[in-house]
Amino acid sequence: MKEEIIIAGFGGQGVLSMGKILAYSAIMQDMEVTWMPSYGPEMRGGTANVCVILSDKKISSPIVTKYDTAIILNQQSLDKFESSVKPGGLLLYDPNGIVRHPERTDITVCRINAVDVAAKVGNSKVYNMAVLGGYLKMKPVVEMENVDKGLAKSIPARYSDLIALNKAAIEEGMKSVETL
Amino acid sequence: MAEKILMKGNEAIAISAIRNGVDGYFGYPITPQSEVMETLMKERPWLTTGMVVLQAESETSSINMVYGGASCGKKVMTSSSSPGISLMCEGLSYLAGAELPCVIVNCQRGGPGLGTIQPSQSDYNQCVKGGGHGDYNAIVLAPASGQDMYDFVDWGFDLAFKYRTPVIILADGIVGQMMEKVELRPEKPRMTKEELLAAAPWATTGKTADRPYNVITSLALESDVQERFNRKLAAKYEVIKEKEVKYEEYQTEDAEYLFVAFGCSSRICEAVVDQLREEGVKAGLLRPVTLFPFPTKRLQELSGQVKSMMSIELNLGQMVDDVRLAVNGACPVGFYGRQGGIIYTPDEIVEEFKKFNNLK
Repeated sequence: MKEEIIIAGFGGQGVLSMGKILAYSAIMQDMEVTWMPSYGPEMRGGTANVCVILSDKKISSPIVTKYDTAIILNQQSLDKFESSVKPGGLLLYDPNGIVRHPERTDITVCRINAVDVAAKVGNSKVYNMAVLGGYLKMKPVVEMENVDKGLAKSIPARYSDLIALNKAAIEEGMKSVETL
Repeated sequence: MAEKILMKGNEAIAISAIRNGVDGYFGYPITPQSEVMETLMKERPWLTTGMVVLQAESETSSINMVYGGASCGKKVMTSSSSPGISLMCEGLSYLAGAELPCVIVNCQRGGPGLGTIQPSQSDYNQCVKGGGHGDYNAIVLAPASGQDMYDFVDWGFDLAFKYRTPVIILADGIVGQMMEKVELRPEKPRMTKEELLAAAPWATTGKTADRPYNVITSLALESDVQERFNRKLAAKYEVIKEKEVKYEEYQTEDAEYLFVAFGCSSRICEAVVDQLREEGVKAGLLRPVTLFPFPTKRLQELSGQVKSMMSIELNLGQMVDDVRLAVNGACPVGFYGRQGGIIYTPDEIVEEFKKFNNLK
């Protein structure tokens, strides 16, 4: 199994930490992972993206240009990455603020209104976990018990009381994702 | 089994330094390596191992603090990225001239000048061929993963003390910024005073009655003294070339075509080899792990086996000169590179490979 994922959106949406939690969950499942962020002066308030690769085998190149899954959280990222999803792949996006929606028909397109999900859980900061839940529903690449462990590893000990909230957002995200 | 932790290559350098008993780190922030000092400051090792972590006022200052620490036989290191390494080159030459052990991490970005903060391998010539003035070489190690970043700190200090020489870990923005799982090896405590005296009897630790003065200097005003010292260094480099070459091979047993690539490029070339093998082309990869000393002998051997070699680098073609020198005309040697922080894709390399070898 090898899953190549691009997660892209605005800086501040939790793109990088979503990737990190996913990567840590995969480590808990004894998989190989790479997490390669875009980095630069444009990140604050601008676009941010991270390429996460999960694999049963050693990962050679950490840089890829075609993805099994694209998780898209703003218009710029949709414009940039829609064409780079492999045929038969998955595109999961948040329609909030999107004016030009995905057009491809050779991939699975899913939608999650993660702002609403986070509001329902009661904290807008778990927006990214709602999106992660949507992804894990569509592609259960890691088991939930390992996601729990991944969360515990990624969240600093002083915030451990927030693990339950993050988990609730993941679960609510799983319920809210819809396939178009 | 030891715990595996998800961390950036730069974080691995910092954690490894603490766990391997490094005595001091002196640095100045620069993208894409700032996480090294950030992590050290966050971990506060001065409260646990007693390791000193200090943000100097400049790179020039950092490297001279390294000179001071190393003169006392301490395990000291610094890290920076390309423009910062340029500022350190004077100090690097003095460290080589005074035969001082230390580890310097260069997490390369694009140049020349202030350049781009994106990944690059364009400091090969600077780090492998010298950088500072004078007849000297530093040992240069080229990590390709987070685990390498962790492991090369300890390996680097072993080599540095064994040969009394600066060691450069020549990383890049990808290896520094990428998170991977890293296994923490067993800890090594900092050297005790007795261990230090045994490991570095040349160090300026305070003169005792039973030995003459230890002098740390790179000044040799008399020509015959200078030449004698130059020849001593040359003899040391010959031993290093003989004993410390390290490389990794991938699919070379029956290879008809060879890629040569170091650091992050070697990983991309592994994917290229896989892709070509699927098409029935017998490709292989040699990854120099040490850039100085360079795997010259092995490349010479392979030049009799393969139809051609191709050096793949994130620069305009630097290591390719050393590949050509090793091969010495025995087979054609090609080059493909990208610059400015643009990373080649495996597809792109396959296409350039086919062009070079006239393959369809």
